[in-house]
Amino acid sequence: MRYTSGGGRPIGTSPKSDDPNGQIAVKLKALYQSVQEEAVPARFVELLERLESAERRSVLQGKE
Amino acid sequence: MPSENQEFKREMLAALPSLRAFAMSLIGRHDRADDLVQDTIMKAWAKQDHFEIGTNMKAWLFTILRNELYSQMRKRGREVQDSDGHLTETLAHHPEQYGSLDLQDFRRALDQLPPDQREAIILVGASGFSYEEAATICGCALGTIKSRVNRARQRLQEILQVHGENDYGPDETSAPITSRAFVS
Repeated sequence: MRYTSGGGRPIGTSPKSDDPNGQIAVKLKALYQSVQEEAVPARFVELLERLESAERRSVLQGKE
Repeated sequence: MPSENQEFKREMLAALPSLRAFAMSLIGRHDRADDLVQDTIMKAWAKQDHFEIGTNMKAWLFTILRNELYSQMRKRGREVQDSDGHLTETLAHHPEQYGSLDLQDFRRALDQLPPDQREAIILVGASGFSYEEAATICGCALGTIKSRVNRARQRLQEILQVHGENDYGPDETSAPITSRAFVS
């Protein structure tokens, strides 16, 4: 974490279990990472494919 | 031409896991979070001329997502204001989403924060943005972000009742009395 206020813990040291901000930081990251580590749903990959191919078509049509 | 398009798509795909994590942390429900991510992808694609390849795609997408969320919240108004109802619904229907009981408690606490504080602590504490980047994403001053993060941390500590070193200090009954004594 970047913040240094509160316990006066120097930057870069790992949060101790008795540091309440450390506990919160750890849980927040765990929650966030549980979603971040999921595979990207197929619907998004397909959506991007569709957007890209639609754009390619319109570019080709523009050239004709 | 097509290569620039492909590069844009590739960068967007690479940013999607963190974009979903951001949406999910803000909203707390997979279905709504993914709808918001979809809206963000569409918006971003339409605005891709505004994006310079090589600059921070993640920050750009996060900005679009949070602006979209707040514009949807303004439209829905009361529905989103009903945070208690939303919370009950979230936890009643999707308890399995949050792994351990510990994380469920944390999720519940996070949902009780005002949206601006929740967003600030997520950006700085989980997404890996600096205070400066978070301020840019939220369109506010650096000091505003810092105070939002501080208030979010204090509030989360209160809700979760984590006291750390204070566990050895005054107990809950005497703490208010002692702190008052110091003030007066």
